[in-house]
Order: sequence, then structure tokens, then C-alpha cells
Amino acid sequence: MNATATARALPEPLEPEPREDYLNASYGVKSWLLTTDHKRIALLYLSSITGMFFVGGAFAVLMRLNLLTPDGELVSAETYDKLFTMHGLIMIFFFLIPSIPAVLGNFLLPLMIGARDVAFPRLNLLSWYIFMTGATLALVSAVSGGVDTGWTFYTPYSTTYSNTHVMAMAIGVFITGFSSILTGLNFIVTMHTMRAPGLTWSRMPLFLWSLYATSLIFVLGTPVLAISLLALAAERLFGIGIFDPKLGGDPVLFQHLFWFYSHPAVYVMILPGMGVVSEVVPCFARKRIFGYGFVAFSSVAIAVIGFLVWGHHMFVAGQSVYASLIFSVLSYLVAIPSAIKVFNWTATLYKSTITYDTPMLYAFGFIGLFTIGGLTGLFLAALAVDVHVHDTYFVIAHFHYIMVGGMVMAFLGGIHFWWPKISGRLYPEGWARLSALVVFLGFNLTFFPQFILGYLGMPRRYHAYPPEFQVLNVMSTAGASILGIGYLMPLVYLVWSMRYGALAPPNPWLATGLEWRTPSPPPTENFEELPIVTEEAYAYGDETIHA
Amino acid sequence: MPEAHAALAHQFEDLEQQHDAATLGMWIFLVTEVMFFGGLLAGYTMYRSVYPSAFAAGSRLCEVTLGLTNTLILITSSFTMALAVHMTQRGRRGLVLALLGATMALGAVFLGVKFLEYFHKYQEHLIPGANFVYSGASAGQVELFICFYFGLTGLHALHMIIGLGVLGVMMAFVWCDRFSPVHYAPIEVAGLYWHFVDIVWIFLFPLLYLVDLHR
Repeated sequence: MNATATARALPEPLEPEPREDYLNASYGVKSWLLTTDHKRIALLYLSSITGMFFVGGAFAVLMRLNLLTPDGELVSAETYDKLFTMHGLIMIFFFLIPSIPAVLGNFLLPLMIGARDVAFPRLNLLSWYIFMTGATLALVSAVSGGVDTGWTFYTPYSTTYSNTHVMAMAIGVFITGFSSILTGLNFIVTMHTMRAPGLTWSRMPLFLWSLYATSLIFVLGTPVLAISLLALAAERLFGIGIFDPKLGGDPVLFQHLFWFYSHPAVYVMILPGMGVVSEVVPCFARKRIFGYGFVAFSSVAIAVIGFLVWGHHMFVAGQSVYASLIFSVLSYLVAIPSAIKVFNWTATLYKSTITYDTPMLYAFGFIGLFTIGGLTGLFLAALAVDVHVHDTYFVIAHFHYIMVGGMVMAFLGGIHFWWPKISGRLYPEGWARLSALVVFLGFNLTFFPQFILGYLGMPRRYHAYPPEFQVLNVMSTAGASILGIGYLMPLVYLVWSMRYGALAPPNPWLATGLEWRTPSPPPTENFEELPIVTEEAYAYGDETIHA
Repeated sequence: MPEAHAALAHQFEDLEQQHDAATLGMWIFLVTEVMFFGGLLAGYTMYRSVYPSAFAAGSRLCEVTLGLTNTLILITSSFTMALAVHMTQRGRRGLVLALLGATMALGAVFLGVKFLEYFHKYQEHLIPGANFVYSGASAGQVELFICFYFGLTGLHALHMIIGLGVLGVMMAFVWCDRFSPVHYAPIEVAGLYWHFVDIVWIFLFPLLYLVDLHR
């Protein structure tokens, strides 16, 4: 019998002894809205991005419903343009980018390094308010009629020709960017200056390495998005047009600046997920992670190489063919650190004692789906193949395998893994395993047909299509409904468990890591006495883990 | 355990750690600023290489004397700022107030000169988008240059205004005797920001005013 199972058999009914933790330390709306506790800020983010996720999801539901029939009878072409634009903008900027970093990162970073809080707690709260301001503007733009430029805001359509609410949305995204910048800054400084004694860089949990890489992208990339959107706004509002072809300006310059941020941002939407998987896999395999150093540095490598590949979004936009060649080669390079991670997780699993708890199910889902998403990314990095499938559903399927199959899976896995720590309660394991299965099946049914559709030539962003594509589209819509149910299930049972779940012991998974040495939920100050670290991050196998 | 310093925030162990965090935080913030201005400068570089003669013509519309004056003013303000940080470490409170005041005054003069330049541009109908009249060759590309002129100097001026606000707060803190030779991180961090804004101008001045001066 393995260690986790023993642990699960053990819990004698825990007496709910009154103890002050971060959740019951103070009450009332004000104690939450003015908190500087990183754990509470994480929960503020969790509630906001969950809301945004379901708003963005609603747009996706309408799109999929419209695509049930070839004629697109549900909405007009103009409305459809707004639907995919709003879906993309809200999901990317207001859900995926803050998802793991701002929720799990905020909650776990100080706990994992043995600190009382992040370096700048007030700045941390400010970044939530900045996020909310941006999100509010985005929602205002949505309810007042939406935007139809595509989430990429390509000029000159966004600057000159679109009559939709581009400004509110662009300013919303601009403002939200500062929340990313401040979060990244806070994380980097915290990791550099506040690690507990003995916690060297080579003992840091891999989740933190991935957060560090993510923060680098926040800090280096987001300002470029900010300046691009500012230039866009100046052109739209005041006619100060640096992208204006009438003056000799080049709209493709906007694409370059936009993707200089947005391609690295794609890695913001996967690196933290990789970090979660690197925590979950060793824990449920009861084994040291294979190749710690490689996994750690591959995160940084992905972040760095990620800054050099943006041109692969412009293979057919009139970019010089020599530039395209170089961008193609560099894009291939990203596959190396990504593959290193997949191989190391697999090697960790080899000959280990695996338990199939919910976080592990999500981690398995992540590894498989990320592999498919990553490999199809190589198809797209190949110049000739990209010309064939550019702007088709093949691209849609590819990045949804990364962002939904990868990142959302990892987010859910991470939420389940750390839920006992966050809420102090255990979630219902049976329901959770079922939901992981439903999400996995629904996801594949939704997006695998889109690979085929794209390869057959169905372009993205059209509200109607030739009748021969209908069967695959119906499959995709059916899958989307299953996926929707899969997402609603955790929402219900996790909220339920906050009140009715069994009380969680400090370390229900018998995991390593400083966060498990605190009570569940942790007290406001995290540690009564700051810990001293004497061993590597994943010392599974030595039976010294603090239960 | 020694009595904790009043300025020590609860999440830090000691003032040294707090100081390190504050300065590192500001350096990282400045990195984001480099990327922010860098995006616009990348666009400038691209257009200048495509339209060299129009950018030279546009540059001739800038007033080099006023630009040079502003450069000297700003460098001097960096000097007074550096002295203010140094004197805080020495605990010379009165001198710090005077130096911060001098820095702010120089910054305000810079903005005044900048405003004068903008006013001249307005008089000469060189406001892109709204009111742009240029009779020479390739007027569109010259307007593109003027777009960059207003974009870059405008953003720089905005940073100056924010800097003045920050220095005002620092003066208030010094007035209330918040700093000491062991606790001076805020004023050092404000100084880093001020120097950065100066350095941005050191790049902007040649890129905008001096493109065609060697002829």
C-alpha cells in the first residue's frame, strides 16, 4: 500500500478546533476589499477570473450554437465577428493570463518560499484593482455593443474602419496590462529577496521557476503591448497615426509590436500550467522529479526563446521571406525545452507508484493534450504548411489544445491539488474525478474535429460554411456542451465543499513543499516561525514528509 | 530580538532586506519602462531607415537651442537629485530639502521650455492629425516624424510630471523626518526613477533634434 493511500485511510475525524486562519481572521466586505494578504488577494482574483471565464464561455457557446448549421442562422455575420472577438479578448486577457499566476501564484509563492507575504503587498492589492478596472471597461465595451476587430486589434481596421467600441476595450486591455506588470515585478522581487534560509535557487519548487519565467514575460513583454495599444488609441482618437498608410505608415508594424508581446504571452498561458504539473506529478508518483535542473531551466528557455519567434504570425502578412525563414527556425527551437519537460514528467512516472487522484488526472490530461498542441505547433512553424492552414480551424484547434487542453486543465488540476490548503476543506473526490473525465472527453470532442476542419480548409472567423463541413461542426458543438458541463461541475462542488467538505489536514497528499507545513487554511502570517530549508524540493521516497 | 524599526514592513525580516526589495523593484520597473519606450523607438528606427530624407526634414522643424537648453537643465537636475540621495544618507535634512526643491524647480523649467516648443509647433501648424500644414516634399512622412516627436516627447513629459509628483511626496516625507541614514530606500528609489527619465531624454534629444545637424 502506498503512502498516499495510507494517509487517506488515516484521518480520524478531525475535531474542528477554533483556530485563527486567514479566512476567519476578520470579517466583512471591507476586510476583503482592503486586504493586503496575498492569500485573500488570490481569492479576489479567483472570484473575478471565474466570472470572466463564464462570460467568455458564454460567447463561445453562442458561436458554437451558430455553427451548428452551415448557414449560421443564429446570428448575423457582424454579430459573429463580435462574438469571436469578445471570446478571445476576455478569455486571454481576463482569464488565461491572470489565471494561474494571479490566483495560485499569489496564494502559493510566499508559502512556498517560506515568507510572510510578497515583497509589496499593497502593490499586490493595487494590481487587483487595476485588473478590475480593466475588466469593467471590457465588460462595458461588451454590453454597449462589443468589438469586432478580432482579439488582435489589427490596424488599420481597428484605428480607422471599425465602428464598434474599440476604445473602451483597448483601454481596458491596456490598463489590465499594468496589473500583469506589477504582479510580475512583485513575484521577481519576492523570489530574489525573500526566500527562507536554506532555500537556494536549486531547491526552489519548479512551480516557482515557471512563475519566474512567466514574470519575466510580464515585465519584458507587457510594456510593448501597452505602447502598441497607446499608439493605436492615439491614431484612432487624435489622428496621430504611426500606422496610418496615408502618411507612409505600415500596418504590419502594429502586428510586429503586437506579437512581440502576444507571442510571449502565449507562453504566459502555458508556463504556469507546466509548473503545476511539475508539482503534481512527483507528488502522485511518489518520486523525485526526473531532471530537476532541466525542467527548471527549460522554463526560462521557453520564456527567452519565446521573445524571438513573433514573426511566425506574419508568414503570410507580407513579411520578408528571409525573416520568415529565421522565425520559422527559431519557432522550432521552442520545441526543445517543451519536449524536455514532457520527457522529464514521463521519466518521473516511469516505475513509480501512481495514484489516480483528481489533480493527477488533470496532469495526465495536460501532458497528453499539451503534446498534441505542441506538435501541431510545429506544423504551423513550417513555412509551407502554415501557408496552407493559416487562418483555418487548424490554428484554432492547435492553440486551444495548448490553452484549454493545457492551461485550463492545469489550472483545474492546481485548484484541486491546493484546494485543501486554500479552503481548509476536502473536495468530493468522486465528483472531481468524474468532472476531470468529462472535461477531457468534452475537450477532445470539441477541438479534435477542428484540426480536420482546418486541414480541409475551413477558415476561422466565418459565421457560415459549406454544408460538407457540417458533421464535424456538429461534433464540435456537441463536445462544447459536454465541456461546459465539465466546467460547471467543479464550480458547484468546490463551492459546496467550502461549507460541507470534510476538514482538511495540513498535508492531505503527503506532499513536500513548505506550503504543506502550515495548517489548512494557513494563518494570516503564514508561518509562526519562519522555516529553514535543508533539503531538495521533491524529497519523495525519504519518509520524512510532515503529515 | 532587537526592537523592529518603525519603517519596517511586517513581511520583511530587517531593513536591509526591505531596502534590497525596494531598489530591485524599481530596477525591474525601469526595465519595463525601457521596453515601453523601446516599442516606440523600434517603430521610429524602422521608419527612419525607410524614409531617411523625410525624417531629416522633420528634424529640421525641431528647435535645437531649446532642446539643448532642456538637455543641460535635465542633466543638472540629475546632479542635484544624486546629491539629495547622498545627503539623506548623511542625515543632512535641510540640505536634502533644498536639493529636492532645486531638482523639482529644474524639472518644472524643463516642462516650461517643452510647453514653449509645443506652442511654437501649434503656431506653425505642425500638429499632426488636427492641424498639419507642410509645404515641402513628402509631407506625409514628415507628419509621421512629427507624430513620433509628439508621441515620444509627450510620454517623456508625462513621466516628468509623475516624477515631480513623486519628488513632492518625498519632500513631504523629508519634512516629516521619515528618513534616516539607515532608512532612505524611498528617496533612493525616487532618484533612480528621476535618473531614468533623464536618460530617456538623452536618447530622445539626438534622435529627434539632431538627425540632420551634421550637414
